[in-house]
Amino acid sequence: MRRLSWIVAVLVLGAIVAGACTPAATEAPPPEAQPTAAPAEPTAAPEPFRVAVVMPSAINDLAFSQSMYDALVRIQESMGREAAFEIAYSEGMFVIEDAAAAIRDYASQGYDLVIAHGSQYGSSLQEIAPDFPETSFAWGTTLDTFGMPNVFAYEARSEQGGYVNGVVAASLSESGVIGVIGPIETGDAKLYVDGFSAGVMATDPAATVATVWTGSFSDTALASQAAQTHIDAGADVLTGTAQMVTGAIGVTQESGVLWFGTQSNQTSLAPEIVVASQVYHWEVVLSEMIDLIRAGTLGGESFAITLANGGLVIEFNPDYAVPAEVMTLAEDTIAGIADGSMVVPLP
Amino acid sequence: MPRALARLQSRLLSPSWLAVVTPLGAFLAALLVGAAMLALLGVSPVEAYAAMFDGAFGSSNAAADTLVKATPLLLVGVGICIAFRGGMLNIGGEGQLIAGALAATAAILAFPTLPSVVMIPLGLSLGFLAGAAWGALPGLLKARLQVNEILTTIMMNAIAVQALNYLLRGPMMDPQQVVEGSFIPQTARFAVAADLPRLVPTRLHAGFLVALLVAILTWVLLWRTTVGFRIRAVGLNPFASRRAGIRVGRYGVMAMILSGALAGLAGAVQVMGVNHRMFTDGSSAGFTGSAGFNGIVAALFGQLHPVGTIPAAIFFGGLIVGANAMQRAVQIPSAMITALNGLLVVFVVSSDIWRRRMLQRQQRAEAARALQSSEAPP
Amino acid sequence: MIDDLLTPAVLTGIAYSGIKLATPYLYATLGETIGQVSGVLNLGVEGMMLLGAFAAFFVTFQTANPWLGLLAAVATGLLLGLANAVITVTLKAEQGISGIGIYLFGLGMSELLFQKSLGSVETVSGFPAVRLPLLGDLPVVGDLFFNHSLMVYGAFLLVPVVWLLLHRTTWGLRIKAAGQNPAAADALGVSIARVRYATVTFGGVLASVAGASLSIALLNVFQQNLTSGMGFIAVALVYFGGWSPFGALAGSLLFSTVNALQSWIQVLGIPIAPDFALMLPYVLTILMLAFPFRKTRQPAALTKVFERGET
Repeated sequence: MRRLSWIVAVLVLGAIVAGACTPAATEAPPPEAQPTAAPAEPTAAPEPFRVAVVMPSAINDLAFSQSMYDALVRIQESMGREAAFEIAYSEGMFVIEDAAAAIRDYASQGYDLVIAHGSQYGSSLQEIAPDFPETSFAWGTTLDTFGMPNVFAYEARSEQGGYVNGVVAASLSESGVIGVIGPIETGDAKLYVDGFSAGVMATDPAATVATVWTGSFSDTALASQAAQTHIDAGADVLTGTAQMVTGAIGVTQESGVLWFGTQSNQTSLAPEIVVASQVYHWEVVLSEMIDLIRAGTLGGESFAITLANGGLVIEFNPDYAVPAEVMTLAEDTIAGIADGSMVVPLP
Repeated sequence: MPRALARLQSRLLSPSWLAVVTPLGAFLAALLVGAAMLALLGVSPVEAYAAMFDGAFGSSNAAADTLVKATPLLLVGVGICIAFRGGMLNIGGEGQLIAGALAATAAILAFPTLPSVVMIPLGLSLGFLAGAAWGALPGLLKARLQVNEILTTIMMNAIAVQALNYLLRGPMMDPQQVVEGSFIPQTARFAVAADLPRLVPTRLHAGFLVALLVAILTWVLLWRTTVGFRIRAVGLNPFASRRAGIRVGRYGVMAMILSGALAGLAGAVQVMGVNHRMFTDGSSAGFTGSAGFNGIVAALFGQLHPVGTIPAAIFFGGLIVGANAMQRAVQIPSAMITALNGLLVVFVVSSDIWRRRMLQRQQRAEAARALQSSEAPP
Repeated sequence: MIDDLLTPAVLTGIAYSGIKLATPYLYATLGETIGQVSGVLNLGVEGMMLLGAFAAFFVTFQTANPWLGLLAAVATGLLLGLANAVITVTLKAEQGISGIGIYLFGLGMSELLFQKSLGSVETVSGFPAVRLPLLGDLPVVGDLFFNHSLMVYGAFLLVPVVWLLLHRTTWGLRIKAAGQNPAAADALGVSIARVRYATVTFGGVLASVAGASLSIALLNVFQQNLTSGMGFIAVALVYFGGWSPFGALAGSLLFSTVNALQSWIQVLGIPIAPDFALMLPYVLTILMLAFPFRKTRQPAALTKVFERGET
């Protein structure tokens, strides 16, 4: 038994040594990407812009990862042809070192922009970016570019849309009891929830906002239980963030309770009770980054999607009739935040 | 010519080669099924698998990634060898990993000015001890109160994750995060003195050597020391052991403590050699990469032998790294990779019966021959 | 603040939610219990739940008929259970590993099929809550126990059925014998392979139905990793329940009720950090085991492959 283990171990180690003897030069970043499509037009086709994105969850999670992937697809469509804008993705990269390997791999394949779409990827990016000075990296959601010339940072001021949602929620709520379902009280989720609570309090100081943190981004059953608890406690308006809220939406639909969404448009899940969603339009800042990259600046700037620049859009459900005065209030709030006259108070 | 072929065939079918040929054959069979799935997805299987092998072993960076991935699998797996052989089914690797990583993190953050030569052993030792403590509780509950350890270890995993979340979004959060208002649940980056040294100019760090050393030491422990002998005896036959005077409960607990300690050590190694800070994404898997579970599979593939776990862990590390590379190269959904990994595991583990049947057949043939030769007239 | 928790309204809310969300745990734990009593450990429950959830969701989405969805889940479970039986009984694979393989396969396959067929998250109209005619009108008890989805009733009705199967039928005797002393049972003419095939396949069906209960009854949605660890908790609950269907019931109820409790703790603003509230189900499970109500012993032949002629 021991002998065979040694044999196998030797074999495997031998394979590794053989592989390791391949010079590391195979990993050097090749020069500018070659166009992949044969140009069919008479005019010379511009070089395609190649983007790679590494995401912690699935591209169809209806939340964080999907928002970025959809944004990239929208840019691709606006550019007209797939050949003009090439997207590569790695989804479900919740293991940091796997994500680091992915980022490094994409960079070494000569992608123009490698997006590390997850706040947990920061340390990896800090290590990798200096090795690829010709590649532009983008990291979200954060504002920290590490002072590196080839790293962009982006974040979502999700408290803004949260505030607007809160204002509308408080206006529509009859019981004055409002519930929130969140994953963990950190990062983007915390911003949204803080903004939402602030919006509710500003509109109806007598209202109560209760928050249940489920401790996970994906535990759908727990989210539905949290929603049920809120409803039993008298809530008639709910909101939540992260991909697990689909479980909550199902429960709210059954009970006729209203729902406000964030990160993506959740109307299709429950057309009767979804009032509005704060939708992330990352393409607003992505386009800026792409322009900068094309012009030669590979990083050093941070961006935020806000109500002002159209990166955050409150998309109302066309089938839900919001009373006129509430709509006006919403629009005024959006305008106020956008032009800076209103600032969302955060704890 | 036919004789040479016959000799080759009988050589390949010899017991030690069978142990390699069988899983290899199953591996290839699973790859074939995977190839069909890839073709259905519109991807060239050849391109995909080439990318997979290349990503796992095709360059020094790839090999480094594979070994880095294998390190926690190896440490946890060796711990599992001790536990399972001691009759303790330790499913708590994830929680023990986290406990070890948190302990090391706390020490490193508390004493940022220590030199490497103090900091590194300190971090690793604390990881070892914290993991031991996290494994001791289920061990004691089993020994004293007959509480099933599978259950307690699974529960302790979940408890560890919540503790991790609490600490990282509160007391241990990077002060810079609080200042910036981004509240990412991670600690500050460790002092450079805490980084495990790199072995070659790749990402391969000294933790791999630690893991190899631990595997060899565990082999010595289990087969060359009294303690190890007693642990194995308790696992094989608790009743006979008790009658022989061995304190079954004590050695069971010891097995759990050692197993937890090694998983905790794995956590410390990960946080000091790879990540250089502690973070969470709500579940444990973002940090551990499910090493707490995959380590069990690696140990079982290694026939619960510490040295056998070495190639098993490297195989698994290569599988994961290679599969991710494949996903990137041919742009298939990550879910395909997960499904393929599952198929590979099922095929390889199911193939063992073929090896056992071949062995039985050979043994019977040999016995028949021996009988014949003894009956043959002189 | 704690007295907020002890009001009748809150307690009934916790109880209702606890009963409702015990359903997937219950189906899965019952299926695993039968398998383990016959001596087979299935760690792949989670994977089977996910594939069953997807199958049920997809068919319900396409046909708008949750019964067809349930049928799809049963069919999926039959296939998966049969495959698992082949792997564990005929091919005699190491059960700890094969289970993990099935889990990975189910996790990946369900998401892959989901991405390739539906693409984006949708909702369905699954089994609605059905108020039972007379029982549902009882004062407090009516709303609490008799106003649930059909799949919830199914899960709870399954508990006495499984108990009767195990303790009052000859099949049950054979199942228990296969798990306690397969050599003796084999000598008496019981086909261990046949018994285990049956239990493992049935376990697969129940695991699949557990997933379906999530996707077409309780949550009415399918997403990647919908079950998020429930299958593994179910396996742990088999141990908690002492390999008994009523123990499985107790464990499932304990788990889901404490989860509902921790939701309420957060909603009522009781000053416990959410992370600690979330630990409650796990801590309580350990505590309850530390003070056992009766001695349980695991099936002697659990995970040991049976081959005639070998001890």
